[in-house]
Amino acid sequence: MKARIAPLLIAAGVFALCFRMIQSPEATETPRSVEDDLQTAVSEVDAYLDFRREQENVEPAKPADDLLVLRRLASSLMGTVPSLEEIRQFEADKDPGRLERWTLRYLNDPRFSDYFAERLARCFVGAENGPFIIFRRDRFVNWLSDQIRSNEPYDGIIRQVVATDGLWTSEPASNFITIASSEGDIDENMLATRTSRAFLGQSLDCAQCHDHKFNADIKRSDFLGVAAQFGTVDVGGLGVSDYAGKFFEVDDFNDIEEMAEGLGEDEKLKFEPTVPFHPEWLGKEGSPRQKFAEWITHEENRRFHRAIANRVWGLMFGRPFITPVDDMPNPKDRPYTDVAADVAKKKAEATSPADDVPIYWHEYRDVLDVLAEDFQSHNCDLRRLVKVIARSKAFRMASTHAEDDEMALFDIEEHWGVFPMTRLRPEQVIGSMLQSSYIRTVNQNSHMFLRFIRFTRERGFVEQYGDLGDQELTERSGTIPQALLRMNSGMTRETIESGIFQASGRIASMCETNEDVVDTIYLVCVSRRPLPEEKEHILSLLGDAKGNARKTIVEDVYWALFNSPEFSWNH
Amino acid sequence: MTPEITRRTVLQAAAGFGLSFALPALESRAANQRGPEREKSLIVLWMNGGPSQLETWDPHAGSKTGGQATAIKTNLPGLEISSMYPQVAEQIGELNVIRSLVSDEGDHERGTYFVKTGYRPLPTVIHPSMSAIVTCEKPVDPKEVQIPAHVSLGGGQFPARGGSLGSQYDAFRVYDPGQELTNSRSPVQDERQERRLATLEVVSKAFAKGRRVQTDRTGHQLTVERALAMMSSEQLKAFKLDGESGHLKAAYGDSSFGRGCLVARRLIENGVRAVEVSLNGWDTHISNHEGCQTQARSLDGAFATLISDLKQRDLLDSTIVLCIGEFGRTPEVNNAGGRDHWQHWFSCVVGGGGFNKGMIIGESDPLGIGELGPGIKSKKVGNKLVGQPKDPIKVPDLYATIYSLLGIDPKGEFYFKSRPVPYSDGTAVKRLIANA
Repeated sequence: MKARIAPLLIAAGVFALCFRMIQSPEATETPRSVEDDLQTAVSEVDAYLDFRREQENVEPAKPADDLLVLRRLASSLMGTVPSLEEIRQFEADKDPGRLERWTLRYLNDPRFSDYFAERLARCFVGAENGPFIIFRRDRFVNWLSDQIRSNEPYDGIIRQVVATDGLWTSEPASNFITIASSEGDIDENMLATRTSRAFLGQSLDCAQCHDHKFNADIKRSDFLGVAAQFGTVDVGGLGVSDYAGKFFEVDDFNDIEEMAEGLGEDEKLKFEPTVPFHPEWLGKEGSPRQKFAEWITHEENRRFHRAIANRVWGLMFGRPFITPVDDMPNPKDRPYTDVAADVAKKKAEATSPADDVPIYWHEYRDVLDVLAEDFQSHNCDLRRLVKVIARSKAFRMASTHAEDDEMALFDIEEHWGVFPMTRLRPEQVIGSMLQSSYIRTVNQNSHMFLRFIRFTRERGFVEQYGDLGDQELTERSGTIPQALLRMNSGMTRETIESGIFQASGRIASMCETNEDVVDTIYLVCVSRRPLPEEKEHILSLLGDAKGNARKTIVEDVYWALFNSPEFSWNH
Repeated sequence: MTPEITRRTVLQAAAGFGLSFALPALESRAANQRGPEREKSLIVLWMNGGPSQLETWDPHAGSKTGGQATAIKTNLPGLEISSMYPQVAEQIGELNVIRSLVSDEGDHERGTYFVKTGYRPLPTVIHPSMSAIVTCEKPVDPKEVQIPAHVSLGGGQFPARGGSLGSQYDAFRVYDPGQELTNSRSPVQDERQERRLATLEVVSKAFAKGRRVQTDRTGHQLTVERALAMMSSEQLKAFKLDGESGHLKAAYGDSSFGRGCLVARRLIENGVRAVEVSLNGWDTHISNHEGCQTQARSLDGAFATLISDLKQRDLLDSTIVLCIGEFGRTPEVNNAGGRDHWQHWFSCVVGGGGFNKGMIIGESDPLGIGELGPGIKSKKVGNKLVGQPKDPIKVPDLYATIYSLLGIDPKGEFYFKSRPVPYSDGTAVKRLIANA
């Protein structure tokens, strides 16, 4: 009897799954208005870049189409493209501030917190799985996502990452420490490297072995001092804690010979924790790590705020404002208030409006300083940082430009006079392919089955496409295996095939006119309408094809769009 | 059955739609070239996990270091290797054994980085692997070689990569050598493939409007063309074993590594510049002796047959073969009968392609487990001093030698953040070079 019921149960289950799949997802609301105190920061960013472009005689590109900006937002904030459902809503939205409100809508979407958590996790703990049992990357990423979702101030998040005690499971932030643990030993050097790169945007790496060759400010003793901040860390059965009996010891005295004077041949130097500048920023209470975390996130520690500004800029443009993202030159080491007073003074001294240009700004500040100051003075609000960048002229510029000379264009790109074309990361490519294969938005409201498919396909694709791990903000060229994967893989076949729930199948069977078919495919895949020559070509393919013949043509157009440079390059 | 798109139709489609990839030669010229005049290639047999030097090329049989190791004589007078390698013993006279490689990296990932690139890992630079530099400096003619010029066979956790040279120099990865390559054939019939390519052409042109420079710079078109050329190339057959005799296949061994070595020979015959074949499973922390026996069952026949096969086809003079892993293993046997990581001395075998032959370089641990004696340099390892190998050879020196033999200046440079970095910071070992 049981054997007879089983197939029925399975069929019922499948039916329930399918039914839920085609149910309307819970609608995501677009906010009716946005708070508008961003304008000062946005104007300053624009003014700075305008000023530099004028100085360099660089003609900026025209503004991009709103729909393309929406695509950039979906791609950089959620690793996907706008669904047809969203595009229709967006185009129907005629109220002012459409893009600002849609930025906010995406920022409120759990896809944003999940996606940004993964991006930030890559620079905090890397992309690998790390030591068995004591490192739980999944917990760390989920925790980070929760923090972002509830809009916790970024400085507070980082203080937890650096200073949390406890188990890697119940206190997920502690995984920042446990990944550096191996058989009871802590790799303080790894933690020092990560700290400086991820949180301060500067590399102390070479100072691990010697004084910095180019940056006289970075001494080997600075690196060792930072490493020694983690010298008392212990990872035991109860998780991460500090053990006062532990020290950070050094047995190679290169460039620190003076400190090692008087030590015997086999003796090691116990290295005291230090910071490379402004020791007064260290916290006054708590564990050594808590004090150090206060120093990293101190309100005057410009490097900290500039580092996250540069990283978020990089995630949104595909290219950081300063490259490489985590090895920036020293900022002008002046307190913000000082600079602001200086600028005010110069402005007051100006005798004509023409003098009142932000020329003094770039002596002391660049775009990152503008963003950093705004960020710091607004509670280290990550979403605000995204909103300011998303609203800048540079983010909304076209990626097309009248200039056709390679060198001249290079200059224009240097000054953000055209939106840079950068290769989309693998998760963005597969995220876009998966979304393009459905009409409705694939998100937390989608059925679990669909989210499961998305999760597994995404993983497999990212692995085969080549995961750049924590180097994901470096520019790379495309490869032959990537082209083969896009052209011939089962994953491509599955995303373009015209099944009853999939976009290509629905477009082929439900669009009445061929014109509708072409427009819809383009909106779904590349968030725009076809140019006349594209339309003409595809209409000639479609002819009077019906049924399966029409479906295969739709699939083939999908294939061509998926394999086009437009699909795999951010523009 | 997967419909195979024919070479002819792709070319027709390409010509018709303005895709400008060059007509591939029907038969590669490289495949007909033999002898020392042939353009040189490189095969790296990568011993993934850190092979024990004692159970391979440096047995120390009968000493307390040697453990259960026993040794056999080889066709090179004066050279004894582990008795697990009777077949290699008959070929090794063509090659050279270095028993005094040194490294400072005892972790798998860092050690692999060091031995694959010749540089210790630094977060400030991503060094290209030696084989990527070879592929970059000695590019193949895409008209002659339509398959990737840098190939990694048999998986392995950290395949050779292009690093700062760019991901186009990453090794093309083949996980299961000898099988049909994944994603190498179009899943649709010719007619549909033509329609797809025609539409791709229209879409690409539309996108390039107002972005010609930017789009050209992506190299997207070129990559697609190369991929299409590869899909329709006769040379894809080199990845499979069709046409090889059963006898030869058996001699290489019916293992992933054995098939990989045979595919490696077929690839370099077709003009591929650099091939890496990985043999996994060397991390013998437990039951080292048994683990090494298992490994030898794959390595002995495959390695020996590769050498004899290359020689028979007059390809050994133009092919450098290097058998190496990320480090060696401890002279002591641990409580689990295993040997742990040991980077302070380890071995490799290298030869062909203009290398001298029959040299035995270096001597490890002459007095046994770190004993010191007159004239032996010491090094602090943990809390004790251990004797260093005699005549130590640095990995960068070995790579400078390989570059020189391939006609590449070891002092040539790649750029990282506009900072020049030499291909190798070592110097070539002259005595390893034939007729030097």
